[in-house]
Amino acid sequence: MRDKKLKNYEDLKSLHKEIDEEKSKVKSRVLVCMTGCRAKGAEELARTFREKLDVPGMEEIEVVDVGCHGQCSRAPLIMIEPEELLYGDVKPKDVDEIIEETLINGRVIPRLCAEVEGRAAAKAPDIPFYSGQERDVLKNCGRIDPQKIEDAVAAGSYDAAAKALTTLSPEDVITIVKDSGLRGRGGAGFPTGLKWGFAQQAAGNEKYLICNADEGDPGAFMDRALLEGTPHQVIEGMLIAAYAIGANNGFIYVRAEYPIAVEHVTMALEQAREYGLLGNNILNSGFDFDIQLRKGAGAFVCGEETALIASLEGKRGMPRPRPPFPANAGFRGKPTNINNVETLANIPLIIEEGSEAFHAKGNEGGRGTKIFALAGKVKETGLVEVPMGTTLRQIVFDVGGGVPDGHTFKAAQIGGPSGGCVPAQHLDLPLDYESVKEVGAIMGSGGLVVMDDRTCMVDVARFFLEFTQKESCGKCVPCRVGTRQLADILNKICDGKGEPKDLKKLESLAKEVKAGSLCGLGQTAPNPVLTTLEFFRDEYEAHINEKRCPAGVCKELISFSITVDDCIGCGLCKKACPVDAITGDSKQPHFIDPDACIKCGACHEVCPTNAVVIS
Amino acid sequence: MKNIELTIDGKIVSVEQGKSVLDAALENGVDIPHICYDPRLTPTGSCRLCLVEIEGQRGLQTSCSRIAEEGMVVSTETKEIAKSRKSTLELMISEHRMVCATCDADGDCLLQDYAYRYHVNEDRFPKIKPKVKVPNFTNYHKAIQYDPTKCVRCMRCVKICEEVQGANAITLRERAGQVLVTTAFNTDLRDSSCESCGQCVGVCPVGAMTNKPAVKLGKVKDLEKVLTTCVYCGVGCQLELNVDRKNNRLVKVTSTPGIIPNDGNTCVKGRFGMDFIGSPERLTHPLIKENGEFRKASWDEALSLVVSKLSSLKAEFGPDALASFSSAKTTNEDNYVMQRFTRAVLGTNNIDHCARLCHASTVTGLAKSFGSGAMTNSIAEIRKAPVIFVIGSNTTENHPVIGITIRQAVRSGDTQLILADPRKISLSGDAGIYMQHKPGTDVALVNAMMNVIISEGLEDKEFIETRTEDYDLVRKAVERFTPEMAAGICGVSAKSIRESARIYAKASAASIIYSMGITQHATGTDNVLSLANLAMLTGNVGKENAGVNPLRGQNNVQGACDMGALPDVYPGYQKVDLPEAQAKFQKAWNAELSIKPGLTVVEIMHAAEAKEIRGIYIVGENPMLSDPDLNHVRQALTALDFLVVQDIFLTETAELADVVLPATSFAEKDGTFTNTERRVQRVRKALDPPGEAREDWRVICDVANRMGYEMDFEDASAIQDEIASLAPIYGGITYDRLTGVGLQWPCHDKNHPGTKFLHSKKFSRGKGKFYQVDYIPPQELPDEEYPFILTTGRMLEHWHTGTMTRRSKVLDYLEPEGFIELNPEDAVKLGVSEGGVLKVKSRRGEIDVPARITEKVFPGCVFLTFHFKENPANALTIAALDPIAKIPEFKACAVSIHA
Repeated sequence: MRDKKLKNYEDLKSLHKEIDEEKSKVKSRVLVCMTGCRAKGAEELARTFREKLDVPGMEEIEVVDVGCHGQCSRAPLIMIEPEELLYGDVKPKDVDEIIEETLINGRVIPRLCAEVEGRAAAKAPDIPFYSGQERDVLKNCGRIDPQKIEDAVAAGSYDAAAKALTTLSPEDVITIVKDSGLRGRGGAGFPTGLKWGFAQQAAGNEKYLICNADEGDPGAFMDRALLEGTPHQVIEGMLIAAYAIGANNGFIYVRAEYPIAVEHVTMALEQAREYGLLGNNILNSGFDFDIQLRKGAGAFVCGEETALIASLEGKRGMPRPRPPFPANAGFRGKPTNINNVETLANIPLIIEEGSEAFHAKGNEGGRGTKIFALAGKVKETGLVEVPMGTTLRQIVFDVGGGVPDGHTFKAAQIGGPSGGCVPAQHLDLPLDYESVKEVGAIMGSGGLVVMDDRTCMVDVARFFLEFTQKESCGKCVPCRVGTRQLADILNKICDGKGEPKDLKKLESLAKEVKAGSLCGLGQTAPNPVLTTLEFFRDEYEAHINEKRCPAGVCKELISFSITVDDCIGCGLCKKACPVDAITGDSKQPHFIDPDACIKCGACHEVCPTNAVVIS
Repeated sequence: MKNIELTIDGKIVSVEQGKSVLDAALENGVDIPHICYDPRLTPTGSCRLCLVEIEGQRGLQTSCSRIAEEGMVVSTETKEIAKSRKSTLELMISEHRMVCATCDADGDCLLQDYAYRYHVNEDRFPKIKPKVKVPNFTNYHKAIQYDPTKCVRCMRCVKICEEVQGANAITLRERAGQVLVTTAFNTDLRDSSCESCGQCVGVCPVGAMTNKPAVKLGKVKDLEKVLTTCVYCGVGCQLELNVDRKNNRLVKVTSTPGIIPNDGNTCVKGRFGMDFIGSPERLTHPLIKENGEFRKASWDEALSLVVSKLSSLKAEFGPDALASFSSAKTTNEDNYVMQRFTRAVLGTNNIDHCARLCHASTVTGLAKSFGSGAMTNSIAEIRKAPVIFVIGSNTTENHPVIGITIRQAVRSGDTQLILADPRKISLSGDAGIYMQHKPGTDVALVNAMMNVIISEGLEDKEFIETRTEDYDLVRKAVERFTPEMAAGICGVSAKSIRESARIYAKASAASIIYSMGITQHATGTDNVLSLANLAMLTGNVGKENAGVNPLRGQNNVQGACDMGALPDVYPGYQKVDLPEAQAKFQKAWNAELSIKPGLTVVEIMHAAEAKEIRGIYIVGENPMLSDPDLNHVRQALTALDFLVVQDIFLTETAELADVVLPATSFAEKDGTFTNTERRVQRVRKALDPPGEAREDWRVICDVANRMGYEMDFEDASAIQDEIASLAPIYGGITYDRLTGVGLQWPCHDKNHPGTKFLHSKKFSRGKGKFYQVDYIPPQELPDEEYPFILTTGRMLEHWHTGTMTRRSKVLDYLEPEGFIELNPEDAVKLGVSEGGVLKVKSRRGEIDVPARITEKVFPGCVFLTFHFKENPANALTIAALDPIAKIPEFKACAVSIHA
């Protein structure tokens, strides 16, 4: 086997050419998301495609395992190239038809397409979910095989790194990143170029670069998608960053709960080494850099940079006060730069297209694009990449298709457990670092959970406080004890035992925890409480004063009953009840025994006539 | 270090650069509240009480972690800060079981203090109880108790265990409100790497980590803290005896950070091993032996008997038929008086003490090479040494607080450690290079290191040229000691020898630390000389963070030597055979003095057996366990016409005495001890002595006076004044100057600040002198009949002959019985399992002792401690002596082992 090592920039260019030639032999490609869509049967689907295409005459059709296409609500999702048709909800039984109709005869199958205003839309520009986005960072996600470096190179990966290492000085790179206006995508939004500058200028020759891939916010999967879908883009970003700050060693600290990301990154690192894109004297630039992958053990707090470093050092993952910042004293006390996955994935783009092009996108509150993980009570869920400053309304309604089932939008939880709940009155809020802060939320890493009139905001606050309380490392007092006390008060209110004075207590303690906590976790943990208190105080008051949960969620405050006139006696509710609390004969009205009922809501969900009511 | 200025609460203050804002405040009298902070630890920043406002900075900042900067403007007590602190304290209280009435920390609890200061609302939040799902890891420990319901999770205990003690025994488990202190995998504390130092107890800011034996013995308000010097090893830790005056009892021992040499750190003996003071077995009355049985006697009767016996023996057999053993456990003042009594009243120089058994070869060796036989540098310098070469010192067990300093230095990454020791001791885990050489092969090893240094041109030519003499002797002597040749002798690799030599020689400063592994050999003086050669060869003497540093064993072995409790020198190492010295002391003491140097400890025993010595006065020594070849010692002591023993317990030696006199322990008297770094430190009376026990020097003065020699002192301080007037190295040392951190000799006059490290511009003897040292194997090598090498030593939990430590409940619980360490290979061959009793025989005696199977010792080598009278190691050891220092070869003899 020939030595794959690329010795210089020219080698990379000729490799690129070689691969392009190779690829031109393929007539069609079926791109099956083999990451998130696995949960919906993508593996079997791909296998079926391969089996059926493994016949003479089909050699020019390639089935490719790719990363996330973004529109998870239609999983499993496939794309057919070169037409770029997107088929959703594809089952193995559809494969024959797809081969026959689309791959052989070039016809679109409408039932597998997205439905847009009653018409079938097959291509991204015709689908609002995609047309409302600008997929820059995610450009290659879902389009290349993440397990093949050749695919990445064909898509332009490592061009930017080669350019940086061989034609730019570290200072040039930092200047470009500074000028681009890129800010950290991990949550706090610190200007990336500035951060690099600190690390570059820190004294000492031994420096480290860490990629923070400990994505812990419930419902957020931007980083996972990038690592799974385009690992080389992240590695390339790291290579450029390391070159800029002068680090010869890097780490990717990824959650162990992301097995596919771990697998793909491990593979990608091996390939990059094999091609000489990691190691000594990369592309004859004189620069050495290698990366180790480390798995986190499931602690949310390890997303905090100092806790992450402690964990990397083999210590208990707990944060420490800053300064000193990692730029001066990080991993093993050496200057260390930590960037989030998405931040690093932006870097090749910036080098490739220049700082001006990047800066042109977005607004004063943030440049470039931001990826959100859209979830909750919204029609289209998935990964959404939009320019900074896109309004909440555009994301929820234009891209996400709004709230399903005729319910009304109530709020969006932005920024995960550290973020806040943004109510309907702020739907026109541009989502950028500064604007989001003004309403008491934070950009966070990009979790965006839509809530509708069926969501109890007190319960939401309780949920997030229970989460942060469990994930608090327990080091500092305000976070360890304060979040416990906050969660206890919220539980008390949800249980109908709230007292009027609790609101004041909640508010003052929330502020104290925010001001007094050691790290970002504790400092932001009260945000869900404070924002819900500000925008949904009436719901708290209803719980406390009227012992009523307006959204009908808090178990202690609701009861289920069956409206006799509406009940058709179908028995579905009786069947669904896990505790046999429902009685009634067939075709006769049914009844719920309030003493036996555990308020799980199963009957409510199955009732075809909405006879089960919550009061 | 440069100082910087900043403004704290409107006042401009100055602080050393690099210190934190909190340090700056505390040093300047601004008491910023802090619970997780301890000056010995890296900042934690978890209690959130030390938050301050810094002008130009967003939000509140933890002052413990913020480095003070020039021109910083800090406010420590604004309304916002006070509110934050109050809230934090209220939260803390919600998880802290407030049971101050029954808590031992009541009155010494930071949470209590701050709760009062900020007048918190104790009921603001409902109580939170962590759900403790695991058994308490301290339940079975006799000294340490953890109470999770009082714990404020400040991590001080965990961090001191890791960062300072280096034991890494305790950690945190769980998260959030469930966070608990425990051991790894929640094993019982006894089964963890815990060294029972109790540092966790010492740092706990509340009452969560408690000193178990002190529970219920006294509340803080009823205790008085008396600062004194530890009575165990030569480190000289400054301890506070917490005494209940009303009941005249010691409740517990504490130590405060910021005071050298130990900076608040203690070992298990210092913190938990002092209960011997209140032991019911203490001697409370003089005893006279009649028909083989002791009976109580009055002081008058006992002293009359002592006086008449000593006087008549002197009259009949001459002064040199008498001898005395002074004590490295008693004060400088006691030792001074004892040697003056021996010389001026008994009329002989036959005085010695156990320094003979531990560091006599240091005293002779270093005196020959450098001109004075003491640790050249200071304990504090160890932490800063770029390279440390430890040879023959199990530092973490025998000088624990210095041991942890070495550990800290190495673990900080600033220091490289080279270790040579026949046993794989705990420091071996930290050593960059560890050489497990065979007992007694030190000279070969060190010569080979010098061979490498010279052949590779790494020697310090300028130092050799300007500061030393006789270099050629050593150059020639080490020529044949190639690493390969030495490797064969020592059983270590030539590569390790080369690497060690290079690391040592190339260091900007390298410190040699050694102890009895070097000295307790028939070649002890040679061993010391070769280390001195090595240090001079590389210019590592007379400079900071370097030196040749013997760690002295006993708390006051340095002082006892300094005081002249040696057969050849007067106080301050003035030779008895120098007529000028004789004249000086004759005048000062108003007595005829012998110009003939006296006998040493082992020589006295030999002479006693030969009936040349007829009477011995022993103060605070226990040769019946501490000296080599015990059967021989017993014969010698029983052959005496008269033996008087003055001690705090009826020791194995006292049992053989004709008269036993009860003395006071260190806790019951004033005085001074001189620690291993030559630091003269105060001993302060904390308790009244039991029964009729009296201070040693007063008893000796009484005997002297009754023998017709006038010797009276008003108090201990007056004795020190006389020492200062006669021993130039102590010339400036008086009690009024010892209130702070003591003084390191030489301290020539009232204005002299003491000496941090010796030989800085000039050696005490002028030029440093190289000696030609050849390798001589140990006196008794293993053979077919006695196939094992026995080496002996001490362990962390016990002290010497166990007189004190075996009467301590905690120490006895930790290590109740003696054992012999042997390699698993040998255990298999002998067919013995852990704890199985072995018969160990040497040419001199035999003992039965349980086996402890461990890879600490290599196959063919076994180890015994000499603490246990039930299986005394010294029944086996050989009384082969170093020809110059007369130190016995405790570290190597041949034994046979039988299952």
